Formats: sequence, structure tokens, C-alpha cells
Amino acid sequence: MSSSPAFLNGAKRWLLVGIVLAAVVSMFSGQFNRYHLGVIVDIGINIILAVSLNLINGHTGQFSLGHAGFMAVGGYTAAKISLVVSPMLPPALQPLLFLGALIAGGLLAALAGFGVGVPSLRLKGDYLAIVTLGFGEIIRVIVQNMEAVGAASGLKGIPKYTTLGWTFGLAAVTIYFVTSLVNSTYGRGFIAVSDDEVAASSMGINPVRYKVTAFVTGAFFAGIAGGLYAHHKQFLSPTGFDFLKSIDIVVMVILGGMGRTAGVVVAAILLTLLPEVLRQFSEYRMIIYSLLIIILMMARPQGLFTWNRKKGAA
Amino acid sequence: MLEVKDLEVSYGSIKALHGVSLNVPQGSIVTLIGANGAGKSTTLRAISGLIKTRSGSVTYSGEDITNQPAHKIVAKHLCHVPEGRMVFANLTVAENLRMGAYLRNDKAGIAADMDYAFTIFPRLKERINQAAGTMSGGEQQMLAIARALMSQPKCLMLDEPSLGIAPILVRAIFDQIVAINKERGLTILLVEQNANLALGISHHGYVLETGRVILEDSAAALLKNPQVRAAYLGD
Amino acid sequence: MDWLLQQLINGLALGSIYALIALGYTMVYGVLRFINFAHADVLMLGAYAAYFVAPAVSSVVPLPSLTGAILVSLISVIICAGIGILIEFLAYRPLRKRPRLTVLITAIGVSLFIEFTCQHSAVFGADTKPFPKLLPEHDFHLGKLVVSSNDLVVVVTTLLLLAGLWFIVQRTKMGTAMRAVSHNQQAAALMGININRIISFTFGLGSALAAIAGILYAMKAPGIDPLMGVQPGLRAFIAAVLGGIGNLPGAALGGLILGLLETFAGGISGLSNYRDGIAFGILILILLFKPAGLLGKATVEKV
Repeated sequence: MSSSPAFLNGAKRWLLVGIVLAAVVSMFSGQFNRYHLGVIVDIGINIILAVSLNLINGHTGQFSLGHAGFMAVGGYTAAKISLVVSPMLPPALQPLLFLGALIAGGLLAALAGFGVGVPSLRLKGDYLAIVTLGFGEIIRVIVQNMEAVGAASGLKGIPKYTTLGWTFGLAAVTIYFVTSLVNSTYGRGFIAVSDDEVAASSMGINPVRYKVTAFVTGAFFAGIAGGLYAHHKQFLSPTGFDFLKSIDIVVMVILGGMGRTAGVVVAAILLTLLPEVLRQFSEYRMIIYSLLIIILMMARPQGLFTWNRKKGAA
Repeated sequence: MLEVKDLEVSYGSIKALHGVSLNVPQGSIVTLIGANGAGKSTTLRAISGLIKTRSGSVTYSGEDITNQPAHKIVAKHLCHVPEGRMVFANLTVAENLRMGAYLRNDKAGIAADMDYAFTIFPRLKERINQAAGTMSGGEQQMLAIARALMSQPKCLMLDEPSLGIAPILVRAIFDQIVAINKERGLTILLVEQNANLALGISHHGYVLETGRVILEDSAAALLKNPQVRAAYLGD
Repeated sequence: MDWLLQQLINGLALGSIYALIALGYTMVYGVLRFINFAHADVLMLGAYAAYFVAPAVSSVVPLPSLTGAILVSLISVIICAGIGILIEFLAYRPLRKRPRLTVLITAIGVSLFIEFTCQHSAVFGADTKPFPKLLPEHDFHLGKLVVSSNDLVVVVTTLLLLAGLWFIVQRTKMGTAMRAVSHNQQAAALMGININRIISFTFGLGSALAAIAGILYAMKAPGIDPLMGVQPGLRAFIAAVLGGIGNLPGAALGGLILGLLETFAGGISGLSNYRDGIAFGILILILLFKPAGLLGKATVEKV
């Protein structure tokens, strides 16, 4: 990853390009058919998820298998807020409500991220992976038993607020925030922690703060993605946030090359499109997908778009 | 008996051995001396198959054994007592010795060799049912040597047997190394930092520096060599 | 009091199955230091093997019967041991020197691959199939307590297998070699131990136990389906961590504790819906406060 300040400009350029693109595309959103529109929004949401998980798994070298859990917290929170509040508001204020609901969902997810970030201070590698997996499952179990959010039967009738503009605007913000965070002087610490924690701490970098920051920030954006997802599908069910969803996001990060934002974005796009392309082989879709994971780990654990990094830098 | 020719080994992009050649005649004790990082342990590890070599050859009893897997090399009665002893801490002394005899099925022979191990290192008999990890460093070194003897070696490679061991036990261990060589006719390739001690019991010696053999001679001559005395014998 | 005893019996039966599965996780972790996610699927394959073998066996030995049940189980055990060894050979052996997380994700991939392949209509299909009756069933009534013969079979089989496993690991050359390999692979190789063979043996042994666990689990369950291994697999994995991963008595103890806790929680109204959450909650607490597990020794992370 380049360390020159030019890259920081690059991050800003990303933001600008993203927002302009989002605005332009959303003007034409009437032209797309519903199916294509849906897939494109899915792509945007997955970009947010993958880029935010990349902060935890890629840049900071932690390992979370519970990203779907954060997404669930954000999604359910935002959905519940808009379900309760939207009937009381005039149409003009609805976008404001949406933004508020998204942020609230993100904040609650960030709180959950703090909860998971703290154990990460004591655990490493596969143990941490399991704790995050367990955490994701606990969230799912809680949601499944919470009558206020529809329990196992799910939450229905969520207003359709999510648009192309919102999705890609927020995706651009996510990318901007994560890249500039990692490339700031403060953010050098993330990479230092991921490279060698002991050495980092001996240089006065506090690994604790970085790990928790990564979890909190990553969870916040996963929560935002959850909110977008809720107001896109208009229906939430606990099974949508299971272990498999977390694996999906992890695979995007690995495929893109841990710690490489551009690669992760491309991977998110590819992996969202893959099931759509395989739709006519739907019987074999998941078999192919699982084989893909195995082959990827054997052939290119460093990601598809990484050439100059040492092999298997996971 | 053991001949190493132009051995090259690298760890990733770092070359650890730049063409090391050695000859260990049958029945002799040969010592490799050299500073930390000179490549002594690497040489032994490459011979015993723990690491792959890039080029060069290892010939043992007339057979090319270069890059064979470690467990097959042991079967040819060429045994390696690694640096840091590596006894199985979770196994008892008796279990460790039985693992040394892993490739054997002759119960009587195993029992006889175990008795022999107990005669040269009586302390091990006292600790027979104790977990190896609870013993002192010197006792663990004794166990490591005894364990290697259980595989009926014809040639034994010892890596730093004196490292981190009380001086009184070092003496006992070196006395037994000489005894094993004399009584059982074992060929021994010894790696030591304590050059004085090692050359004192050896017939021949090699001096390694940054992955190369820079000097070889009879042990007696090396002990008198001013260059060696200055660099390794603390004169 | 009766309620307590009843839950105790049910919990022991459930915990025994968890213990059998947990042993497989812990053995593999002991020699390779990674979590074999596909272990839960081997359990499912064990149940399916019995499902397909039972009709063939019943043409030779009548079913349900003890001989028939033993014959069916033996064949399933052999099939599953083979599958376990094959999984290691194809998927994990090529990754032996890679970072542990790479192997972990591969293991998840293997698990998903088995599950989705088996769900395919050309393989087993996703539907639930009735499990054949292997043993005559009978309920024993002791006062108000009901003990089913299946529960007794589960507990007795587990005890026998635990004793057998203890013998193999503590008293045979192969078992001692397993312990040696799990402590230090290089030193083990220097003893002439073929590491790959020991690892294959470990996978075979763990998978054999999983096959039996799968059959026992299926005998108590309403039917079998390709995802039947997931839940008991997760619990057993938690049990292995609870007892101290890599530690065999720990896995057995962890399995029993988890089975009992879960049964008692399930018997208390209001808690029963949170069974999954409870298991994971225990896992997280253990990892936070005693990461080495109940019987595990604290180990320093190797750099």
C-alpha cells in the first residue's frame, strides 16, 4: 500500500467520484428494470460490508467471522425506528428519518463492535474467529426471540427508502473513511499492529486502541449496510444474517486481497454478480461457491488481485 | 561413512549454507565449530531431512540420501539429536525412549537397549515414569541422547549437547559420548559452541563461518591453531 | 427431585454424544492446530451411511437386533474413517505449511461443500429421512422416571468408546506417537515417525467416533437430513474448547457439562429458546476468562 500523501488525495478522489457517480446513476434509476436495480443496490451494500470488514480483517490483521451480526444489529435497529416513526412524519421529512435511522443503527452496531473488540485484545487467530462467530450467532438467537422485531417470522413492511443514490453515496463515504483512516498518521498504527503487535507496542503504538477502533468502525459501517439492506428488501429475517452471510463477506475480503481496498471492492462486485450469473444452475450454485472457497484458499490465499505481497499473508 | 558435498540451503531468500562439504569417517568423532548463525545446526538439519537443500548431496554408507524425508533417514540408522533437545515433554521418560525405538519391533532388543541407556545415564532410571518436561535441562539432554540410541544408530549427530546445562552434567554427558563412540563403535558428528570441550574429544574438526567451511584439520591441530584459538577458544 | 433426575439422565445421554464428537475436534486440533469444521459433516455422513447400509444388512442379519446394529455401525465407521482420511489428504495436506486462518477457511469451505453437495437432489436431497430402527426400543419406568433404552445405549457405548480411546492413546505405540506428534512434529520425524501417517490415523480415528456419534444422534432424533451435523457439531466444538482444546479427557468432560447445561436450560421455560445462545455464551466466557479451557494447560502463543 502506498504511503505517499498522494494516496490520501486518491481517497478523496474516490469519495468525489463515488458521490458524483451515485448522483448521476440515481437520476437514471428509473431506466433500470427492478431486477437490475436490485442487484446494483446489493452490490453497493456488499461493498460497504466488505470494505468495513477489510478494516478489521485486512488492515488490522484481526479475524472476524461475525460481520453479519453487526449488520443485523444495524438493520433491525434502523428498520424498527423507521417503522415506528415514519407514520408520524410528513413525506418531506422521510429522508431525514432514513438518515437518522441508519446512523442510529450504525451506532448500535458500533457499540456491539466495541463489545467484540474487547475480547479481541486477549485472543488471536482462530480463537478470535470463533468468538466472533459465536457473537454473530448470539445476536441471531436474540433477534429470533425478540417479539418486538418479529422474532423468527421476521420484520415486515419496512419502508422502501434505499435508493441507488443513498447506497453508493454511503459506499463512497465508507471507502473514503476507511482509506483515509488507514493512511493517516494515526492509521499507520493499524498496519503496524497487523504486521507485528509486539514491535508496534514497543514503538509506543497502543495495539488495544487500534484493535478496538477497527472493530468499532468496521461494525458501524456494517450497521449502516444493514440499515440499507433493511430498507431495500423491506423485510428482515434472522436467517438472513446467519453464519453463511458472514462467510460471504470474509470471502470477498480474501478474494480482493486482505488490506487492499480496490481489490476488495472489485471482489464485492464479482461475488454479488456470481450467484446471479449462476441463477440458471441454482441447484449447483452453492456447491460451486463452496468449491470456489477451497480452490481460492489453495491457489491464491493472497487474493486474486495481489501479486507483490508475500504468499499466504493472511 | 557420511559425506556432505557442496551443500546449499536457503531460508526464503536468505542463503544459510553456501556449499558446505564434510567427511565423517566411520568410527570417528567429528566436530563442527563456529559462531552463532554460522550454519552448524542448518547443516545437521539438512542432513537429517528436517529441511530441504537447494543443491549439493548427502551420501551415507554409500547411498545418496539428499532430501529424503526425515523419518526415512532415521530408518537408515543415521540419527539426529536436535538443538534444544526436543524431548516429548508430555510423555514419560519410558515413553520417550519407546518413541526412540518407534521403528523397531524386537521387544528383547528394545529392553536390552533401554537397560544400556539406564547404565550410561542412571538418572533416567530414577525418573522413568516422570513426564520428560518436568526434568532439568541436563536430564533432558541425557534423555534426548538415550532416545536417539534406542533407534540403533550407526551414526549419531548431536547438536549443542552442552547448551544451557550445568557444567557438572556437561562433563558426564561428554564422557558418555566418548564411551558410546568407543564401546559401541558409533560414528559421531558433533556441533558445539564450546570448541575446547568438543575438540578435546574429537578426531577431526571443521570450522564454519557464515555458511562456509573456512578450515578443517585434525582436532589436535585445530586446538593448536592460533586462528582457532583466537576466535573460538578465548585466547 | 424427579424432574432433576430426569433431566440428569437426558443430559447425560445428550452430553455423551457431544463428548464423542468433541473428541474428534480435539484430536485433530492436537496434531494440526486447527479446527476441522468438516467434522460435523462426517457425523452426518455416518448417519447416512447407516441409513443406506441398514437395508442391505437386514437381508443378512435381522434388524432391529444387537448384532445387526453392530454390523451397520462397523460398516459406517469404516466408510467415515475413509472419508475423514480423504478430506485431510485432499484439502488439508496441501495447506500444511500455510497460515492457520487459511486452513480454517478451507475447512469451512469443505464443510459447506459437503453440506450443499449432500443437499442436492441427486445425492441425499434436502428432505428429512426416517432413520431405520437398529435396536429394539424399550422404556424403563423407575417410579416417575423414564429411561429409554436408547439413552442407555448412548451412555454405555460412549463409556466403552472412551475406554477404548484411552487405551489406544495411552497404551499403544500409535497412540504414543500421536501424542509425540502433537507435542513436536520435527522431533517425532527424527524418531522415524511418519507424520503423515499419524495425521491420517488421527483423522480416521476421530471420524470413526463421529460416525458412531452420528448414528447415536440419529437414533434419538426424528430423522436425518444433510444439515443434521451442524448443531451438534457446534456444541461439540464448544465442548472441546470448554474442556481445553487438544485435551482428550477435557473434551469428554466438556461434552457432558454442555449436554447437562443444555438439557437443564431446555427444561426451564423461558430459557429454552436461548439454548443456542447459552452454548455460545459459555464459549465466549470460557475464552475470555480461561482460554485454555477447564483441563487445558496455559500455553504461550508461539511466534
